[in-house]
Amino acid sequence: MVNTDTLVAIKDLSKLYPVGQGIFRQSDMFVHAVSNFNLEIKRGESVGLVGESGCGKTTTGKLLTRLVDPTEGNIILNTEDGTVDIAHLKGKEMKRFRRRVQMIFQDPYESMNPRLTIYDIVAEPLDVQGVGSIAEREARVADLLETVGLTPASSFLFRYPHELSGGQRQRVAIARALVIEPDFVVADEPTSMLDVSVRTGVMHLMQDLAERLEVTYLYITHDLAVARYMCDRIAVMYLGKIVELSQTEEVLHNPKHPYTKALLSAVPIPDPTYTRSEVEIKGGISKPVNPLPRCRFYERCPIADSFCESNDHPPLEDKGEGHFTACYKV
Amino acid sequence: MTENVLEVNDLTMHYMTRKGPVFAVDNVTFSLKRGESLGLVGESGCGKTSIAISLLKLLPENANILGGEIRLNATDIVPLAESEIRKFRWANIAMVFQAAMNSLNPVYTVEDQILEAMQEHMGHLEETEMDERVDQLFRLVGLDPAFKDQYPHQYSGGMRQRAVIAMALSCDPDLIIADEPTTALDVIVQDALLKQIKLIQEQLDMAMIYISHDVAVIAEVSERVGVMYAGKLVELASTKAIFHHPIHPYTMALMSSFPSIVGDKTDLVTLPGEPPDLLNPPPGCRFHPRCPYATEKCREQEPEFKEHEDNHFAACWHPGGEA
Repeated sequence: MVNTDTLVAIKDLSKLYPVGQGIFRQSDMFVHAVSNFNLEIKRGESVGLVGESGCGKTTTGKLLTRLVDPTEGNIILNTEDGTVDIAHLKGKEMKRFRRRVQMIFQDPYESMNPRLTIYDIVAEPLDVQGVGSIAEREARVADLLETVGLTPASSFLFRYPHELSGGQRQRVAIARALVIEPDFVVADEPTSMLDVSVRTGVMHLMQDLAERLEVTYLYITHDLAVARYMCDRIAVMYLGKIVELSQTEEVLHNPKHPYTKALLSAVPIPDPTYTRSEVEIKGGISKPVNPLPRCRFYERCPIADSFCESNDHPPLEDKGEGHFTACYKV
Repeated sequence: MTENVLEVNDLTMHYMTRKGPVFAVDNVTFSLKRGESLGLVGESGCGKTSIAISLLKLLPENANILGGEIRLNATDIVPLAESEIRKFRWANIAMVFQAAMNSLNPVYTVEDQILEAMQEHMGHLEETEMDERVDQLFRLVGLDPAFKDQYPHQYSGGMRQRAVIAMALSCDPDLIIADEPTTALDVIVQDALLKQIKLIQEQLDMAMIYISHDVAVIAEVSERVGVMYAGKLVELASTKAIFHHPIHPYTMALMSSFPSIVGDKTDLVTLPGEPPDLLNPPPGCRFHPRCPYATEKCREQEPEFKEHEDNHFAACWHPGGEA
């Protein structure tokens, strides 16, 4: 039984994509985009999922919102209406679940229908779920637009996405995600396309709304500095696996996994007098196609030895005070 | 005799559109010494890239340089015809673009593309000398010369960007303009590339303009920083001064709105509003609608870009927020 404080419990979640499969050809090669992924997210918490491109963070987000069907595993969601396993929902159940979990996408230019007005975009989830009368929907949308800082709402309701700037569009995307009062929001790089002076405003807005509307976030980002400001905990992902998980400041100041250490020392610091430590790993991320049964980080790891090569990928273990690391050498 | 590789004086470049002129670069003045690296930082649409393409005169049809001069080794290239400019490109000034894939031709090997630029500008070299030079360039940018006869699609993103840098270096230019060369890369690859760029720049004693929206990257690679806002250069000073002692309110806000993973977790400053539409920029100081220190004067008169402290230039009526 899952703890009641836990909103989402992800258990052994995996997603395998076949490589080179044709109509008459079954593939025996698979990209292990997400493999045996375990994570519990508490109610009201904001967890950051960080890693390089291709590490499986976006796939994880899509699995949690069921935009992609998992190959294996369970995603247990605890809501007021009871406990459901997102991974195995179908039909009506699925539609009910969509009310509880929403997603904010990276690109505010691509994630909106250019032919719909802002009102139509934000009201669409209400329409799909059949929430409220038209008058109620209008009031709710106007209210929410004001909440996300698009004031006065009346001047935005009947405009089209192309008339808005990137920052304003991302505010619309946030309003659309929150309009049906979800419990859980997956935000996939919501600020990475925005300029610095606009980004901070959107970051503050998301934090503010999380508190006011009691939203739990999974915040997917490649930017550790942004994650520091947005997240209570950070999970570092590498080739489909979480390699480190702890409180944000703990991960940033006391990283244990060699990959996290390398990632942190590679982040440029906006201070010309600061000297970073040397990055010890080389090369880029590869694709986990039928990965060998050894630590996924073995090839790039500066401290790996024969034990890491001959044993399966290390389990994610608590190395003290809720600081989880998947490494034999820690 | 001048020691400046590049002198840009009052450069103004506008794009003509159906809705009217876009004031992309307005009265921008700066210079660059041999071996010096200058970072140009600003948000999208502030005119960073417009400056870069003006310096190379790689302008789209609707872009016009309306005034000012661009002195490259003391020669003003603004009035020169395209055929004249061609002699300067690659040989004196070369550019590295953000999307490496777009600046490489997919149907030629990387080696052939580097050779093509060299044959145009270094025709005095023997074929074997050129081959040798390609190998040298590959090693210089941290690529194995064994990969030189491969095609761009066989390279990873980081390798492609290195190949483009090798190409830019091929004719031994005095000045390289790098426009967001690491933006599409992951941090670990970015880190390695930034180190390499810094090393090359010091080794070859080459001047460099590094364009980025990322304040942290600029801090790593530049000795001096120019901050752009809405088509204007608003502040220009040493990197240290820009980061520790900025005097233009926009720079001040930019620095305190940029998150960092080190140091105390300070509150990030939010600037109200959005950058202006350059079809219709605000009168007076272009930053005044978002500036916390703006006064009547700022709304009416455009501040002059001048030296406020030693080698610390800014265009502001209230530098440092003073009344």
